[in-house]
Amino acid sequence: MGIDLIFRIAAIGILVAVLNQLLIRSGREEQAMMTTLAGLIVVLLIIVKEIAVLFDTVKTIFRLD
Amino acid sequence: MEIVQIIGIGLVSTIIMIILRKQKPEIAVLAGIAAGALMFLLIAAKLSAVVDLLEEYAARADIRPMYFSAVLKITGIAYIAEFGAEICRDAGEGAIAAKIELVGKVIIVTLAIPIITSLLDLVLKIMP
Repeated sequence: MGIDLIFRIAAIGILVAVLNQLLIRSGREEQAMMTTLAGLIVVLLIIVKEIAVLFDTVKTIFRLD
Repeated sequence: MEIVQIIGIGLVSTIIMIILRKQKPEIAVLAGIAAGALMFLLIAAKLSAVVDLLEEYAARADIRPMYFSAVLKITGIAYIAEFGAEICRDAGEGAIAAKIELVGKVIIVTLAIPIITSLLDLVLKIMP
């Protein structure tokens, strides 16, 4: 947890963008799309945990439940 | 010096989001969510201390705990609704953001019903 979370997301984003370009240039549009989707899912899985922690923290601080 | 840390996270994530937005806007949105969550979690411990202090003084001043907890819940819901709505608006979905805000307002009004009814009861009692 920390700034490395954002760096991880940035790295995945840049990697996916580069792979996307490469695959499109070599004429594999379907695989490029799959790469995009896979990158998005990986980042989503990282983020979901953080969102859960955020909501739990807000709930405990403001006694929401 | 937590403020330096927060500003650093904000600047770094802003630059990362600008880089990603051109190539992969969906991952840029997720980076924005991560930055928002990170900043709040860094400051959550201090906020919790402030809320505890307020609660202690409310208890000492004999404010009914029902009223204070309602105010606290309203603050929390307002924060969460704002967080979600801003993310949606950043991603260009202003309509969804407006809906989130509307739902947040409705929930806040329902939470405020005990306070409103006690106020209206008081008014009715005073009226001849």
